[in-house]
Amino acid sequence: MKPRMMMVLCAVMCGALIAACERETRRYKELPAAANRETGVRVSQLEPGMPQQRADVKSPYQENAWGISEGKRLYAAYNCAPCHGVNGGGAIGPALIDDMWIYGAKADQIYATISQGRPDGMPSFGGHIPTQQIWQLVAYVQSMAGEVRATTAAGRNDAQMGAVPESRQPAQTPIQTGHR
Amino acid sequence: MTAHREAHPRLTENDPRLDADALERERRLLERTWAGGRGVIAWLSEVDHKAIGRRFIVTAFAFFALAGVLAALMRIQLARPENHFLSPDAYNQIFTMHGTTMMFLFAVPVVLAMGIYLVPLMIGARAMAFPRMLAYGYWMFLFGGIFLYVMFALNIGPDNGWFSYPPLAGPAYSYGKRGDVWAQLITFTEVSGLVVATCLVCTIFKLRTPGMSLNRMPLFVWAMLITSFMVIFAMPSIVISSTCLILDRLVATQFFNQAEGGDPLLWQHLFWFFGHPEVYIIFLPALGMMSEIISTAARRKVVGYMEMILSMTATAFIGFGVWVHHMFATGLPQFGVSFFTASSIMIVIPTAIQIFNWIATIWTARRLQITVPFLYAASFFFVFIVGGLTGVMLASVPLDRQVHDTYFVVAHFHYVLIGGSTFPLLGAIYFWFPKITGRMMGDRLGRISFWLLFAGFNLTFFPMHLLGLDGMPRRVYTYPGAMGWQGLNLLASAGALVIFVSLLVYLVNVAVSLRAGAVAGDNPWGAATLEWATSSPPPPYNFTPQPTVASREPLWHSELRPPAIVGLRPDDREVLVTYLLDAEPDHRYSMPGPSLWPFLAAIATSVMFVWSIFQAQGVVWGSIPVFITLVGWFWPTKGKARLERGVTGRLTARESVS
Amino acid sequence: MTPHIQSIIHPAGIEAARISHLWWVMFGICAFVWFAVAAATLIAIRRGRHAASAATDRQASFAVASAGVVSVIALVALLTQSVVTGRALDSIRTPDALRIQVTGNQWWWDVQYENPTPSLRVTTANEIHLPIGRPVAIDLLSNDVIHSFWIPSLQGKIDLIPGRLNEIWLQADKPGVYRGQCAEYCGAQHAKMAMVVVAEPPDDFERWLAANRASAPVPVTPEQERGKQVVERGPCAMCHTITGTLAGGHSAPDLTHIASRSSLAAGSLPNSPGYLAGWITDPQHIKPGNHMPPTGLNADELQAVLTYLETLK
Repeated sequence: MKPRMMMVLCAVMCGALIAACERETRRYKELPAAANRETGVRVSQLEPGMPQQRADVKSPYQENAWGISEGKRLYAAYNCAPCHGVNGGGAIGPALIDDMWIYGAKADQIYATISQGRPDGMPSFGGHIPTQQIWQLVAYVQSMAGEVRATTAAGRNDAQMGAVPESRQPAQTPIQTGHR
Repeated sequence: MTAHREAHPRLTENDPRLDADALERERRLLERTWAGGRGVIAWLSEVDHKAIGRRFIVTAFAFFALAGVLAALMRIQLARPENHFLSPDAYNQIFTMHGTTMMFLFAVPVVLAMGIYLVPLMIGARAMAFPRMLAYGYWMFLFGGIFLYVMFALNIGPDNGWFSYPPLAGPAYSYGKRGDVWAQLITFTEVSGLVVATCLVCTIFKLRTPGMSLNRMPLFVWAMLITSFMVIFAMPSIVISSTCLILDRLVATQFFNQAEGGDPLLWQHLFWFFGHPEVYIIFLPALGMMSEIISTAARRKVVGYMEMILSMTATAFIGFGVWVHHMFATGLPQFGVSFFTASSIMIVIPTAIQIFNWIATIWTARRLQITVPFLYAASFFFVFIVGGLTGVMLASVPLDRQVHDTYFVVAHFHYVLIGGSTFPLLGAIYFWFPKITGRMMGDRLGRISFWLLFAGFNLTFFPMHLLGLDGMPRRVYTYPGAMGWQGLNLLASAGALVIFVSLLVYLVNVAVSLRAGAVAGDNPWGAATLEWATSSPPPPYNFTPQPTVASREPLWHSELRPPAIVGLRPDDREVLVTYLLDAEPDHRYSMPGPSLWPFLAAIATSVMFVWSIFQAQGVVWGSIPVFITLVGWFWPTKGKARLERGVTGRLTARESVS
Repeated sequence: MTPHIQSIIHPAGIEAARISHLWWVMFGICAFVWFAVAAATLIAIRRGRHAASAATDRQASFAVASAGVVSVIALVALLTQSVVTGRALDSIRTPDALRIQVTGNQWWWDVQYENPTPSLRVTTANEIHLPIGRPVAIDLLSNDVIHSFWIPSLQGKIDLIPGRLNEIWLQADKPGVYRGQCAEYCGAQHAKMAMVVVAEPPDDFERWLAANRASAPVPVTPEQERGKQVVERGPCAMCHTITGTLAGGHSAPDLTHIASRSSLAAGSLPNSPGYLAGWITDPQHIKPGNHMPPTGLNADELQAVLTYLETLK
C-alpha cells in the first residue's frame, strides 16, 4: 500500500477512535465544573461599538452520548415537561425544538437561562441543580433542535411519542428573537 | 428400479479402467484441476471445503481464546468482594462480550466447521455444494467477529448481556452505539450460519456417494443434517428480533415500546424462540462426534442406530417448543407456562436414550481402547449429565423462580455447553487431527490437558451451583463481603486458572504435533467411516476412484466389495449428484472453481452493515456495492456451460482416463 | 449481616419452604440418577476394556429401553412434585392480605404500603418490613427497564416489566433480617440494587408502620435547622422527598425516615454517619453510574445536613 494511503487510513482510524472515545465515554466520576459559566454571557446581540470577541463555548457533553441521555432523563426528572412540553414542543413555555431562541442559542447562553431563570416563568435552577447536570441539560436542549450529531443524540422515548426523536431532528439554524 | 440399477455397470478389480498407471495419471490430473493455487489472491479465492473448514475451525478457536481471556478477567474481578480490578462499565462490557463471542463466534461456527470439513469426506463426495457461497459464509463470520472486537477496542462493545433485553437495550436506556453493534453482529453471524447450513443440507441430500442411502449415513452426518435444519428454522427469529431492535434504536419504530403498542416481552419470545434451538444447534453435532468416537474406541457400531437418529430428531423438534422456560419469572399465565415445563422435562428423554445407547455400546465393546478422544467422550457422562439434571430442575417453575438469573443457571449452562459440546469437540479435534493434518497429536500431553480440564472445569463451575442456591445473582460486577460468597468465588477463580493451563497444554500439543507429531496413515484409529478411506490429509479432490458403500461401516465391511466408480472428468471439477433417499446416481455436475467474488461480496456486505449503524442511508447506498459484487459473482462464465452430464455404463474414449 | 440471609435453602417463609422442599426432593432424585449413570459408565468401561460382555444387540437395546422407562418414571415423579409444589404455592392467596406496591427504578426500590385511606399510606425505599404469619401481596411496577424482585428467603422471583403489573405473594414466618436483590440485569449498577427485608412480630410491624406515617420531625437545634435549610435550598430537594418540608422530588428514594433504615444506596452501604457522609459527598465513587450526582456541599453544609438527617427516624 502506498505511504499516502496508509496515512489517510491511519488518520481515518484515529478520527474514528477519537470520535468513538468521546461519544461512548461514560463520565460518571467527573467532578463538577469549577467555573460557573454565567459571567460574561450576553443575552442580547446589541452592543455598542464593535462586538466583543467571545469564545465559542460548548457544553462538555456535546459529543457525549451518556451526557445527552442524562440530560434527557433530567429533563423529565426536573419537571421541564409541564412548561416546555414532554418532547420539547412547548406548552405554557416556549418550544425548544424550533429555531427561535429568545435568550440565545449558544451553550453558555442556554446555561445562563437555566441557571439564572428568565422573566415570565422560567425558574432559576442555579444552586439547585449541580453544574454538570445543567451542562447535560444544555446538551440535551441543543439536541432537541437538531444541533447535535445524530449518532450521539438520544433515541426515541420509551413512552408515548409526540415528536420525532432527537436523533432525527432536522438541524435548526437558531434565530434570536427576544420575543416569544 | 432394478432396470435402472442394471444400467450402471459393476466394476470389478479386474476392470482395465482401474489400472494403477491410469489411476496415477488421473490423480495427477485431478490434483491440478482441484488444487487451489498459490499467492494472496488464490488464498482469498479458496473454495475447497477442507480449506474453508480449517479456516473456520482456527478462527473459531481464536475467538474461543479471546472469550476465554474475557472470562479470566471476570473471574479475577469476582475473586474478591468489592474488587476494583474492573470498573462496572468494563465488567458489563466484558461479560456481554464473553457471552456473545462464545455463543455466536465460537460455539455455533466451530460445530458447523467440523461439518464443513468432515461431511463431504464422510459421504464420499469430492466437494461441498455451493462452494463459493460457503466461502462467503466464512468471510462474513470472520468480518463479523473482527467488527465486534474492533468496536470493543473502541469502547463501543455491547454491554447489555448476550441476550440484550429491551427496554434496557432499547433507545432510551442504552445510549451510544453499543446496542447497535450487538444487533449488527447478529446479522453477520446469522447470514454466515444460514449460508453454511444451506450448503450442508444440499450436500448431504444430493452429493452422497451411491450406496449410501439415508439409513447408511454416519451418525455424525445425521447430526449435521438435523442441526442444519435447526439453523434454518431458528435463525430467522433472531434476525427479525435484532432487526426490530436496531430499527427501534435508529429509526424510532415502536416494536418494544409498550406505551405505543409494543411489548418488551415480544423481544424475549422472539429471542428465545431462536435462543433455545441455538443451544441445541451447539449440542447436536457434539452428539454426532460422540457416536463416531465411541464407536471407534469400542470397535463396534453404536447400539441402536435408528433410535439414535430418532432421538436427535426428537430433540430438535421438541427443542423448538421449550423457549418459554427462559421466561418463567416474567409473570406469564401459569397455565401457559406449565406446557413448557412439560416439554422441557420431555426433551430429556431422547437425550437419555442416546446416553444409554452409548453406555450399551461401551459395555459391549470388542476391546475398548481408552484413547484420548475416548476420555473426552467419556467425560460427557459425568459432566453433561450434571447439567442435564440441573436443567430438569430449572424446568420446574417454582424452583426456577428461585434459581433463575443466579449462578445456579450459570453453572447449569456451562455444564451442558462445555460438558455436552466443548469436551466432545476437543476430543473430536484430537480424533480427526490426523486426518486433517497427517500427524497424530501427542498422547501424553493429550491426557494431561484432558485431566487438567476436567479438574479445572469442575473446580470452576461446581461451586457456582452453591453460590446460586445461596442467593448470588448473575451479571453482577461485585458482591458484598458480608454475604459469605468469597470462598466459593475464589475457588471458582482458581479453577479458571486451571482451565487456562489445560487449554494452553492443548494448544502446545497442537503446535508441537503439527511439526513433529507421529505421521498418521490413512486410518490410525481403525475407524469405520469413509473419511478414513483416503489419505491423511486428503487430496484436494478427496477420493479417486469414487468409493461406493454397501453398509453403515464401510471400512469394517470391506469384504462386501462394493464397486468403485470411475469416469468423472479429471479435467473439470465434476461431482456425482445422487438421489435423496437411496443415493442412486442421478447426473454429473460441474462445480464452480476458485473465485474472488465471495470475498468481495463479503466486504461489500460488511461495509453496508457497519455503515447502516451510523447512518440509516447506509442501507440504501451500501447495497449498491453489494449488488455489483453479486452481479460479478453470478456473471455467466464464457464458454464453459455448467452441463449436467448423464451417467452411463459406457464411457466414451474422450471421457476415459487414459 | 449474617450469612445465608439470601439463601434459597434457608427459608424463612412458607412459600420459600415449599420451594426448598421441592429442591431437596429433586436434588435427591437427580443425585441418585447421576450416581447410577456414572456407575454404569464406569462399569461399562471396565467391561468394554476386557471385552467381557457377550450381550447381543437385542439384549442391549432391551436394556436401553428399560433404562428409558425408568427415566420416564423418574421424570414423571419430578414433574408431579413440581406441579404439587406449584399448586401449594398458589394456595397462599387470601382476600385480607397486606398489600404493598413496589416500583423498580434504576437502581433503587420504591416501596409503598397501600391503604384505602390515603393518609395511612406509607412510602419508603429499599427496605420492606413484614409482619410474620400474614400473607402479603406485592404489586410490582417498573419506571424504566426490566428488574426482578427477589427475596430468596421468602419466595421465588418475578420481573418488574414496564407497562405491566405483576403480583407476587409471600409470607414471612421467622422473624429476622433478610436480603433481597434485583435479579434481572438492569444496567450499570444492577449489582448494587438490593433491599433489606425485616420480618417482625405484628405489633412491632404496626408500630413501625405508624412511625413511618408521621412527617419529618421539626428541627430542634440550630444545626438541625441549618441542615434542613441546606436540604431545601440545595440539590437534595430536587430529587428527594421529605414529607413536612419543601423537599418534594420524586425521582429518588423518599428520605422522610432515612435514619431508621439499616442500609443506604439500595443495600450497598450500612447506614452510619460516616458512610452517609461519603455517599452524599461522592456517590459516583461508591456506585459509579447511579443517578445521584456529587452534590458539591462544603464541609459545614455537609455536617449540618448529616445532623438533620439523623433526626429523620
